[in-house]
Amino acid sequence: MRGPARFRSMQTGWRWYEIVFWAAAFAMLVLAPSRLLLLNEIAIFALLALSLDLILGFAGIVSLGHAAFFGVGAYTAGLLAKHFSEHALLGDPTIGLGIAALTAAIIGFASSFLVLRGSDLTRLMVTLGVALIVQEIANRLDWITGGADGLQGVLPRPVLGAFEFDLYGRTAATYSLVVLFIAFVVARQVVHAPFGLGLKAIRDNRLRAEAIGIPVNRRLIAIYTLAAALAGMAGALLAQTTQFASLDMLDFQRSAEALLMLVIGGAGNLFGGLLGAIVFAIAHDVLKGITAQYWQFWLGLSLIILVLFARGGLTGLLRLLYRRVRPEAAP
Amino acid sequence: MLTILLDGVAYGMLLFVLAVGLCVTMGLMNFINLAHGAFAMAGGYVTILLMQRAGLSFYLCLPLAFLVTAAAGLVLERTLYVRLYDKSHLDQVLFSLGLVFMAMAGVDYVMGGNQQIIQLPPELRGRLQVPGGSIGVYRLFIIAICGVLPLGLQQALTRTRFGSRLRAAVDDRRVARGLGIDVAKLFALTFAFGSGLAGLGGALGAEVLGLDPTFPVKFMIYFLIVVSVGGATTITGPFFASILLGIADVAGKYYVPAIGGFIIYTVMVVVLIWRPAGLFVKAAR
Repeated sequence: MRGPARFRSMQTGWRWYEIVFWAAAFAMLVLAPSRLLLLNEIAIFALLALSLDLILGFAGIVSLGHAAFFGVGAYTAGLLAKHFSEHALLGDPTIGLGIAALTAAIIGFASSFLVLRGSDLTRLMVTLGVALIVQEIANRLDWITGGADGLQGVLPRPVLGAFEFDLYGRTAATYSLVVLFIAFVVARQVVHAPFGLGLKAIRDNRLRAEAIGIPVNRRLIAIYTLAAALAGMAGALLAQTTQFASLDMLDFQRSAEALLMLVIGGAGNLFGGLLGAIVFAIAHDVLKGITAQYWQFWLGLSLIILVLFARGGLTGLLRLLYRRVRPEAAP
Repeated sequence: MLTILLDGVAYGMLLFVLAVGLCVTMGLMNFINLAHGAFAMAGGYVTILLMQRAGLSFYLCLPLAFLVTAAAGLVLERTLYVRLYDKSHLDQVLFSLGLVFMAMAGVDYVMGGNQQIIQLPPELRGRLQVPGGSIGVYRLFIIAICGVLPLGLQQALTRTRFGSRLRAAVDDRRVARGLGIDVAKLFALTFAFGSGLAGLGGALGAEVLGLDPTFPVKFMIYFLIVVSVGGATTITGPFFASILLGIADVAGKYYVPAIGGFIIYTVMVVVLIWRPAGLFVKAAR
């Protein structure tokens, strides 16, 4: 193998730390049977952060409205589980997950045309505007969505007809983790393919990317749609495993939290979102126990500190350490 | 009809005072400051505190709200904002979001999460009959104050040395610096002034817009609309954008309450698609 093919295989080969990470993640299912609900939450947050990483870290689109897709996925899956709980096919969580991803993807595709043009400012306003519109729609359609009270009576059937959701979250955590892993593999393939390299080129210099023949708009539409689908899946997982969907899943704060996870972990390398979600969920769990009401304060403080002092996030830190240990290897 | 129009104008003028500082921040330093609403909120709460705890009169509280938030703006600009001017837009967004969340939680902690009520002086309450409708005296008061402000600002921008320096720096920061204009100092002062205006707007608007800890996020989108629709190069652009937005929002919520909430978002998205640089910006730029 020579040239581009060799480069690609070097990029796509699984590294030891990736294998260790995923082995550890699945081992947690057995090792921490009392914290499975937290593990489930982490997996869902990680999927949301991963999807945001695709558009922010790889394509360079600053989005303040990623919660829109999360919420759409959550409501789609929630409504399916509510109204088709007798139906063997439509009531199945995996089918619900697929339909939720599809719905979110459609909305992502439709709104992707709005983020093609303009500066960072217009993009973040448009994404914010779309999220606000979606939230307002969900609020108005209260005979469908339950409005401010949230969607009650979500009763998902057993996953694949065999695995009943239990009180301890064993099924939930396993299910979410498997979905996250599949999504990760897909995202990994996408970003290491020429498609993903093209995205990075667009992010770094749109004009040059255009000049060497990358179809910029098509690429951006595709990745935005994919990211929306993944975020929709994350929302669907949350609705199915917590048996609830509410307006705050569409809230601005949700989008900001996804950004925070990505900043904690470091954007633009897939693992950042995962690590960020772990730290975020654990911090959330601990701080909520101390001061439930003022969680926002810590959210804000950590954003400021991270931006000012630790812009690379955890993955940036790890990379720095790795270079220190093995200066000749530049990952 | 006239009532709605006048209410819309008052509302729009309020938005202008709230957002004009942001226009300069974004235009001059190309800095995306989502925390602008936090300054407005600060102004509102300063007024509440001074009136309730210190028993000062409403008229005295307005300039104090301006001064306190301007001072806060100056301190934050010198200590924190200044580190982020040459960072990416994403960093600026994250940083200012952090400020917003801290401000919201901080206010919630100190003042509680419920809606604050401003006790207006008796002569500002009540309504005035005008041919074709009626208008609250307080709205008239807002229109008067907020009508004088843009005139003053326009004069300051076009007639004074500070104004011409500021315009030069907005047009081309590097050249302005090359001509010996201390852009950093200019910007710190402008930032403080803009924050002060936001504080004044927050104090004036507490009665009309409502004041609770979610204020910065609730109105963030409005400020952003004013800036992006009005552009950052003139006073008149944001002014007309604010008035338009105010009237559209009030009229929309009155005539078609079912979809009133959507109108401004939809208008914003359409305008941004149609004219990404703003509605009142010369096309040549």
